Amino acid sequence: MELAAIFISAMLINNFVFYYFLGICPFLGVSKKIDSAFSMGLAVTFVMTLTAVVSWAINYWILIPYGLDYLQIVSFILVIASLVQLVEMFIRKISPPLYQAMGIYLPLITTNCAIMGLAIIAARKEYGLAETVIFGVGAGLGFTLAIVLMAGIREQLELADVPEALKGPGIALIIAGIMALAFMGFSGMIK
Amino acid sequence: MPTKTIREEFVKGLWDENPIFRQLLGMCPTLAVTNAVINGFAMGLATSFVLIFSSVVVSSIKKLIPNQVRIASYIVIIATFVTMADRFLAAFFYPISKELGPYVPLIVVNCIILGRQEAFSSKNTVGRSLIDALGMSLGFVLALLILSSIREILGMGTFLGHQVMGSWFKPWIIMVLPPGAFITLGILLAIALQIERKTKSRR
Repeated sequence: MELAAIFISAMLINNFVFYYFLGICPFLGVSKKIDSAFSMGLAVTFVMTLTAVVSWAINYWILIPYGLDYLQIVSFILVIASLVQLVEMFIRKISPPLYQAMGIYLPLITTNCAIMGLAIIAARKEYGLAETVIFGVGAGLGFTLAIVLMAGIREQLELADVPEALKGPGIALIIAGIMALAFMGFSGMIK
Repeated sequence: MPTKTIREEFVKGLWDENPIFRQLLGMCPTLAVTNAVINGFAMGLATSFVLIFSSVVVSSIKKLIPNQVRIASYIVIIATFVTMADRFLAAFFYPISKELGPYVPLIVVNCIILGRQEAFSSKNTVGRSLIDALGMSLGFVLALLILSSIREILGMGTFLGHQVMGSWFKPWIIMVLPPGAFITLGILLAIALQIERKTKSRR
């Protein structure tokens, strides 16, 4: 039950995009088409889950036992950067079609604050391993949901008559605001 | 690269290349911590500290860093200063540090900082990089102050915690909640774009 609560909370109530404001850059940048938005979402979910496990292991096996928790920021960012590189090489070797689908988004993910944010938030909440993994999967799916919904709206928006100055990021942010408002409706789900 | 005067190098961060309004960099902290002026200001100062010192360090050792590992090296340098800022805030300004929460460590992934190292400090002298970093920091702090002032005044009726609106004013709570951040920034971006279009057509 506890795990289900963490999952739903990470995906809907404390959605990474609409509540923590993490991953805004890809959210605005890669949300013009539903297909690419979906691939980006999957890539982020995948890396998030992996990061959750690895950052948990580093935190509890190396940093905390040796009293090195002040190195958290440096070690997390380095591990995430190299992890993404590894995943990219691995996928390219193992499955070229999969690489075609989500490979190009992987380098972009290194500088995605959602990944780093996940590692830091999970560490600050002192989650155990299972909770961290669930948190990672939930946050990734929540991001996918947000970016796909956004892409769907933006595809329709192509046909709309938007004032010249609002075009691009302006209208995208206002839509994101309205969506955030809608997502606030989920907050009563868990007491 | 066209040479700019020192003054131009500094001023460009305020408007022409303002990190938030013109380059759309560093959106996450911009949206997240601007629910009160004091938070926005603290975030602006912490980011400025990291940006200025990273720029100085990167530009002074740029010849020592091999090209292939430059991004990783920049990240380590930035992360070092972020750790210092994080520890400093936690030690001396604990309430603010608690308020900003995970967003202080997240300065490390703020694209403004890495962007300036890659685009400017790695190619310019220490002096110029320092001026560039100062200008960019000031532009960032000003943008955060504008956004957080609007949100705090409309959302709470206060400025820096002091009541500024009369008793007739009903606070728009939504402005200090996440949706208010998105909508305010969206409108500000549109205004910035409109001003830019107007001045360009006049030139």
